[in-house]
Amino acid sequence: MLLVAGWMLVLAALGLLPSGPSQTSFVLVALAVEALGLTFVFRSHLISGRDRK
Amino acid sequence: MTPLGPPEISAPSFALCLLLILLIPCASAGLALINAGLGRFRNAAHSMTSALCVIAVAAAAYFFVGAAWQGYAGQPAYALHAAGRDWNWIGAQRFFLRGVESGGAASLAALFGLLGAGLAAIIPLGSGADRWRLGSSCASTALLAAVTYPIFAHWVWGGGWLAQLGFVDSGGASAVQAVGGLTALSITWILGPRRGKFSSEGMPAALPGHNAVLVLMGCFLAWLGWLGLNGAGAILFTGTEMARVVLVAVNTTLAASSAALVAAAITRARFGKTDASLSANGWVAGLVAVSAGCAVIRPAAAVIVGMIAGALVVYSVEWLELRLGVDDPGGSVSVHAVAGVWGLIAVGPLAALTPGGAPGLWLAQLTGIATLLGFVLPLSYGLNWLLNRLSPQRVPVEGERQGLDLYELGAGAYPDFLTHNDDFWQR
Repeated sequence: MLLVAGWMLVLAALGLLPSGPSQTSFVLVALAVEALGLTFVFRSHLISGRDRK
Repeated sequence: MTPLGPPEISAPSFALCLLLILLIPCASAGLALINAGLGRFRNAAHSMTSALCVIAVAAAAYFFVGAAWQGYAGQPAYALHAAGRDWNWIGAQRFFLRGVESGGAASLAALFGLLGAGLAAIIPLGSGADRWRLGSSCASTALLAAVTYPIFAHWVWGGGWLAQLGFVDSGGASAVQAVGGLTALSITWILGPRRGKFSSEGMPAALPGHNAVLVLMGCFLAWLGWLGLNGAGAILFTGTEMARVVLVAVNTTLAASSAALVAAAITRARFGKTDASLSANGWVAGLVAVSAGCAVIRPAAAVIVGMIAGALVVYSVEWLELRLGVDDPGGSVSVHAVAGVWGLIAVGPLAALTPGGAPGLWLAQLTGIATLLGFVLPLSYGLNWLLNRLSPQRVPVEGERQGLDLYELGAGAYPDFLTHNDDFWQR
């Protein structure tokens, strides 16, 4: 869900903020949210893989 | 956002573009050989058969609906009006590729898309090698070529909202490679690792590919295919003039060369000997990374893109396997997703579109990457998860032990070989 939420933040920044540093910063923060989501997905698969063993 | 019109293509450019597009199947053949060579010998025929079948399924799915949803700049499309702008989100062309006979740039784009869908579909075969059912790989490909690929390709190449933002991807680092690479990641998660790959403590065992010659031959074929892919993409989607196609070919070759050399040097420095499969992966990673900006960067920049891609792929393969427990026999995730994303990032600072770079380009490239991670990956994972619920995508234990050649095809690729089972059993 964090991956999708990050993307939604990017769309919101593009639609609602004026072009400039604030928009770019918002997009970078959204990418950080996605990176966090990706980390969680990797960890959940790592843990479920160990559980299967 | 401003609607985009179709780029003008002169008759000589049309002929050159068609010629370059006809080289793209070489890239598919190259990737198929690489996947087969990096898998085990008892799955070699299955790997090549799967490659052929997924190309066929991708062509059919793209013909039925994919082409209509992808569309082309200046062609009919649906747009959402939000926040005072029109967001062009999906093509509205006629199904079954009707209209392609009219000729022009749109027909070239349709042919490019048809072959690109097949190329994207081969990428996940590398990560699902040795354990992915033939039928399941075909079903997964149908979803990729009918839904995931055309929607994202419309946004990038069909005059969609990313293209309106100024997103640059001439040869398909995002629409083909990263989409295929992220689907490969979904497949590795859903299938799980091969039996015997990880010990009960989680330590990975080396399961080397069975034929390095196939892998390296695949690299040569892929090079030829990428020259076509990047050259045609540059003409069609970046409006590159004929004379600049030479620059595209130079950039493509330089990036692949520098990536392979860096990968070879790193493996030699770390392991004492050059690793053939990682060097080959480095070569393809260079091709993938430069696809994004091949038409807009200078040759020196292409060398930088390739060098970093070559280093990234070596460390990414190791990181995914050792730290994240991802079993990706073909290195598809590292080569196509990681290098593809790197190529997209690199366009921002290295593009020669405007002196000193274009500030808006940074934002567009970051938005494209965010869309890959926030839309393509969840969509691809969700579709494949549903497919796996309907019918398990992984072969049973017996199929893995016997080898997919015998289990699913009834005959092996190398009938005179002796079978060794010691790399199968759980350590």
